[in-house]
Amino acid sequence: MIYTEEFVESRARVEATRTQRLHEEPRRFEADEKRKLLREFHPDYSRKDFTVLQVGPNKGDKVPHELADLLQGRSRVLDRVICLEQIRYDTDVLVIGGGGAGAAAAIEARKQGASVFLVTKLRLGDSNTGMAEGGIQAADKDGDSPAIHYLDALGGGHFKNDPELLEQLVLHGPEAIQWLDRLGVMFDKEPDGMMITTHGGGTSRRRMHACADYSGAEIMRVLRDEVEDENIQIMPYSPAVELLLDENGSAAGAVIYDFDTEEYAVVRAKSVIIATGGSGRLHYQGFPTSNHYGSTADGLVLAYRAGVPLIYAEAVQYHPTGAAYPPQIYGALVTEKVRSLGAMLVNKDGAAFLHPLETRDVVAAAIIRECTARKKGVYALHGPALWLDTPMVNLLHGEGTMERSLPAMIRMYRKFGIDIRKEPILIYPTLHYQNGGICIDTDSATKIPGLYAAGEDVGGIHGTNRLMGNSLLDIIVFGRIAGNRAAIYSRTARPGRLTLEHVRRFEQERAAVGIDSVLLSPKLLPNYTHGRGLEG
Amino acid sequence: MNSGNHMITVHLLGKKFSVPDDLTIMRAMEYSGFRLIRGCGCRSGFCGACAVIYRIQGHTELRSALACQTKVTDGMCVGRLESFPINKKRYDINRLPAVNTVIGQVYPEIFHCIHCNACTKSCPQHLSVMKYIAAASRGDYASCAAESFHCVSCDICASRCPVKISHSAVGLLARRLTGKHAPVSRHLEQRIRDVEAGVYTGRLDQLKHLSVPELQRLYNDRHIEK
Repeated sequence: MIYTEEFVESRARVEATRTQRLHEEPRRFEADEKRKLLREFHPDYSRKDFTVLQVGPNKGDKVPHELADLLQGRSRVLDRVICLEQIRYDTDVLVIGGGGAGAAAAIEARKQGASVFLVTKLRLGDSNTGMAEGGIQAADKDGDSPAIHYLDALGGGHFKNDPELLEQLVLHGPEAIQWLDRLGVMFDKEPDGMMITTHGGGTSRRRMHACADYSGAEIMRVLRDEVEDENIQIMPYSPAVELLLDENGSAAGAVIYDFDTEEYAVVRAKSVIIATGGSGRLHYQGFPTSNHYGSTADGLVLAYRAGVPLIYAEAVQYHPTGAAYPPQIYGALVTEKVRSLGAMLVNKDGAAFLHPLETRDVVAAAIIRECTARKKGVYALHGPALWLDTPMVNLLHGEGTMERSLPAMIRMYRKFGIDIRKEPILIYPTLHYQNGGICIDTDSATKIPGLYAAGEDVGGIHGTNRLMGNSLLDIIVFGRIAGNRAAIYSRTARPGRLTLEHVRRFEQERAAVGIDSVLLSPKLLPNYTHGRGLEG
Repeated sequence: MNSGNHMITVHLLGKKFSVPDDLTIMRAMEYSGFRLIRGCGCRSGFCGACAVIYRIQGHTELRSALACQTKVTDGMCVGRLESFPINKKRYDINRLPAVNTVIGQVYPEIFHCIHCNACTKSCPQHLSVMKYIAAASRGDYASCAAESFHCVSCDICASRCPVKISHSAVGLLARRLTGKHAPVSRHLEQRIRDVEAGVYTGRLDQLKHLSVPELQRLYNDRHIEK
């Protein structure tokens, strides 16, 4: 590794100010300061990076260009003959997506006695769930309550959260933890069974439960194991490319595409659950992402074309601390838990410029301000970056804390020759989470009978900015609800003739406003081949 | 920071390419024009999708890695290991007896271990795989769980095992049993009873119906625990 002079000098200043900073707590911003900071520096407030939708249920709303192109894109089923009478798979409940929400839904639907068919674009478990590091919130300790959790999430979400959905989230939090605990998730506990909990950005109580910094991976592998034990039929490498409705407009299945055989197939189902996750791989505004390879907003496209509205699709979460160096992990997540454990964000002069546990949107905006307007960044690979002073953790909490609480972070950097226990790391915001998504009610139901949605592809629970640890919670709470309700709905549902009429109608709507883009959607996979290799 | 960007020669799935030396194996494949479907997942070292086997041209030694977490080196010849079949057994975690012989009953092949250490040597996470299998064999599930905790189920170890153990499945079962039989969190159970008894309904109802300015005042003035 070759370090520049600027880099080495700046790192020395971080080291020089560390001892003094150990005993300081930077003040938190006032509400007005936060508003101004977000308006001026958060990417969501950019004027030039959004498109106003011309067709579909959110006509007139703005969303990021890349998402608009896909929402208003061309269906993959229009240019081929798909025989809807030829039903390849028949099931009570079709789950689209094999991440945390999809797996939780499948388990609960099966528990209700429904037959369950789970299709997933990559493998079961390939998801953002498995990459969540920091933890899962739930108000289960003395001095905390679901009502306090509610207020924290509401303030973090700029008071735009759907009150009913948020209430559902916080009330079912403790039960979700217990469900995972009983499935055998190894939560960090004291010898007497007390959950070890920490703060996250914007929490007023320590309610972040964790499994070291493998929280999501640990939850996902247990859920995956459970799905494999539950007689659930799993179809990997087979993304859904369009929903099927019946002539009454109820959900009736999906068209899936097999990556290996390159065939399209019809799945008939009495109910459908969309659990396809987020959209980080669309790289809004050119940001790198911490997301899984498959995060391309597919479920949003399917639901939108079928007439289901989206909420807050313009609100995107940039995680404050993406790796800015070394190049091999550019954009990868550095868990917020590093800051929960006391590490500060420090500029090139060695000064801490904000409280490390402000909410994510505020911290991301403050980093961008520091790096742009204030010119206090250190030049890394693709632009300025700031320091996350990781060695503070062991100094504050004792030797061995990082090894116990942040083993994945130590490992990720060690592979490329950096010991984060000894030296601070360079970070910059990375595209992390889709705050908005498909509109659902407290039964996880959309406006289409028999169509449910859960996980990162839904919107409303978190307003326009989610708090750390509320996503692992929402995939469990709403995944389970969706599975339960879909199975119960399937008991009496009698789907009629399968149709793709809604897709043709959408195509006519496109033509009527003069959209002639041939960009196919859903996108399915990003393209990182620099124009080489297969097209598209 | 300048990392040099010197070009090197690699052989990816049997094809020869020239790629910058600061790329990971995965990025080198994409740089060379591969549009990945299989063998690519989280791209952050958590999912185990991108297990590869490689050797350096002219060398006998066989190595293994996660393609997203390993830099290319000159002369690298890379083959893939994906969808490696493992012998995962079906069980109902609630019905498995809480005794320290249960893993041996579910996965009796662990007793066939000949201590060749091929599993440990092949682990891209540098886990002591053989050690955690030994812990499972002697019924020490807590040790097996702790030692296997960083396993990403890439199953390279299983591909190297002469007695055909499915190590990732053994570790997973040990962790689930350890998690499930850990001391009960009494505060959690109490809180669930309180929720069910409706203790929080009134306060939440109140919050749901307050105006935004009132909520903002409550939020800005709320006590933040140290």
